[in-house]
Amino acid sequence: MAARLYIPSDTTAAAMGADELHAAVARALRDGGQPVELVRNGSRGAFWLEPLVELERNGVRLAFGPVAVPDVPSLLEAVSGDPASHPLCLGEVSQIPWLAGQRRLTFGRAGTGDPLCLEHYQAERGFAALLSALQQAPAAIVAAVRDAGLRGRGGAAFPTGIKWQTVLDAPAGQKYVVCNADEGDSGTFADRLLMEADPFQLIEGMVIAGLAVGATQGYIYLRSEYPRARDVMRTAIAKAGAAGFLGADICGSGKAFHLHLCLGAGAYICGEETSLLESLEGRRPLVRAKPPLPALAGLLGRPTVVNNVLTFAAVTSILSEGAGAYAEQGSGRSRGTLTVQLAGNVRRGGLVELPFGRTLRELVFEFGGGSYSGRPVRAIQVGGPLGAYLPESQWDVPLDYESLAAAGAMLGHGGVVVFDDSVDMSRQARYAFEFCAEESCGKCTPCRVGAVRGAELVDRLRAGEQVVENTLLLRDLCATMEEGSLCAMGGLTPAPVRSALEHFAEDFPSGAGG
Amino acid sequence: MVSTEVVTIDEVIAAHAPDRGRKPGELLATLHAVQSELGCLPRDVLDRVAAHCNLSRAEVHGVMSFYPDFRTSPGGRHVIQICRAEACQAMGAAALERYVRALLQVDYGETTADGSISLQPVYCLGNCACAPSVRIGDRVHGRVDAARLERLVANVRQGEGE
Ligand SMILES: Cc1cc2nc3c(=O)[nH]c(=O)nc-3n(C[C@H](O)[C@H](O)[C@H](O)COP(=O)(O)O)c2cc1C
Ligand code: SF4
Ligand code: FES
Repeated sequence: MAARLYIPSDTTAAAMGADELHAAVARALRDGGQPVELVRNGSRGAFWLEPLVELERNGVRLAFGPVAVPDVPSLLEAVSGDPASHPLCLGEVSQIPWLAGQRRLTFGRAGTGDPLCLEHYQAERGFAALLSALQQAPAAIVAAVRDAGLRGRGGAAFPTGIKWQTVLDAPAGQKYVVCNADEGDSGTFADRLLMEADPFQLIEGMVIAGLAVGATQGYIYLRSEYPRARDVMRTAIAKAGAAGFLGADICGSGKAFHLHLCLGAGAYICGEETSLLESLEGRRPLVRAKPPLPALAGLLGRPTVVNNVLTFAAVTSILSEGAGAYAEQGSGRSRGTLTVQLAGNVRRGGLVELPFGRTLRELVFEFGGGSYSGRPVRAIQVGGPLGAYLPESQWDVPLDYESLAAAGAMLGHGGVVVFDDSVDMSRQARYAFEFCAEESCGKCTPCRVGAVRGAELVDRLRAGEQVVENTLLLRDLCATMEEGSLCAMGGLTPAPVRSALEHFAEDFPSGAGG
Repeated sequence: MVSTEVVTIDEVIAAHAPDRGRKPGELLATLHAVQSELGCLPRDVLDRVAAHCNLSRAEVHGVMSFYPDFRTSPGGRHVIQICRAEACQAMGAAALERYVRALLQVDYGETTADGSISLQPVYCLGNCACAPSVRIGDRVHGRVDAARLERLVANVRQGEGE
């Protein structure tokens, strides 16, 4: 076999120069007449090594990274000579310790090939789960998802099997499957990576959901901040349709599932499932009061499954590997694998997929390698903008839903944002309110007004004004938001604020924290 | 001239809302399409969207005004978005924000005097492992510092000169 070079097309790889690198390699190959095939693959999520180039020859894949345009001549020389001796060579890609130490289920295929190549997807066990689902009764599919112990990966960790059962049991008629691909949490990119590197897996998971609950229409609600994911998903849907994996007659089964892609327009709150549904319906996307649950009265008032990208993806592992094999991994009531996204001031950032239960310290220091700046790590925010900031005393908490909740934190969508000791935690507290004020849907007063008041209060505290009184007011405001908000936007904004006050009191005027 | 443009926009609206806005996603898709055609969503065009979708002007305005992506008056020929969210903060986004405002002499939501660049905040671009992040058009840039940002802005302006 001739040599093959892979250069990722992923957003972060491109943000680090992969497009320019690809152009330079293509030009050099053409000019040099070198018989090397050039492929744009997805990323493996080892973003600290991007652009990560792979050379495949005789079944071996060598990794090089990070590669820049000036490295191209020496790299191509090495390709026809002794590649392992190139200074950027990292050895066999699967043996890079950062990757070898992971347990990749959902992200096993990411980066192995052209994301839009159906043959590659099928060669790597793609659509095996769908073919198995087509042989099963809807109730059996739902039972497998339930038995696997899968919980939603979007943040709330609700048991997926129960949600699907509710939609399945709802009276027949039009039902919908909606994928929440709004991924608004800062510090997260797992949905994006999956859609850009392995889009057919999401499609497959959604078709299975449709079969399981009796829904024939599906929608992916994708945030507009992800233009590459948009382009990949659009093409993937068209290709899957042309190959008979979507449409009126899936794989000749006589069963239908039609899938549509919709773009959001920059509003964080549209990641909340009822706001998302309002947005899809073309209304001002105010959060709906629950009940009714979307499972019973969701899109256009019909029974609707709303799940995160990673939840649908996990379903394909469950159906192809078996519910038991999936449930065997994990800890406590958190089954399967967890996808942590290492972000912010971290040396080796990227996507780490592991069974639940490893500690934050292991993640940030063993995988992440500590801070990017080389300064001491001081605070770690887990679970996005509504998640708490954890001080060193809490870094040994195992990463699963219950353990984090017991520590007053939440796992959310798995974002882990590292800050070094230059962080000013009173500023982070202010930002939490600022973000809430910016993104609140405005439906309820504690959130709409509370966020603005909260930012003002933190400003006064930072200026050292009436510290004791203002601290009391701030705590009171936090309690009001927690108790009186309709959704977690207002309800959880106090979490980062409180954690900053409690664990980083030294960043506030004395008398405020603790 | 005027009439051909109106026809075109009506065609865009009809193409993106064949079900007159009733099918999920149609209204947002229509607003995106019209804005990419015209650079913004002028009032009279919103009225045409409303008429096509059998909605009131207030309803369509209520929808479009909720979203940061939509604007009623034209912005610059290019949009630069600076990520303000936590992972980028941890890598110096605040300093980058100060720098870009001084460089372009505009605040968020404003357009440079020559009409070439609008500056916008954004809350995460999914590039959080290689922060700080900046988006220009459909391209995201990682590990952006002041020098890099200055080059990116120069490239945008140079691209216009060519
Ligand atoms: C303010 C807010 C923002 C949210 N953003 C997202 C999001 O971007 N993506 C997501 O999957 N879920 C998000 N959620 C959770 C959804 O409301 C919902 O729980 C989820 O889509 C259900 O899917 P799952 O069970 O597969 O997690 C958000 C919730 C809130 C309150
Ligand atoms: S808590 Fe905030 S975002 Fe949620 S419904 Fe109330 S106003 Fe809207
Ligand atoms: S926080 Fe800036 S890209 Fe995610």
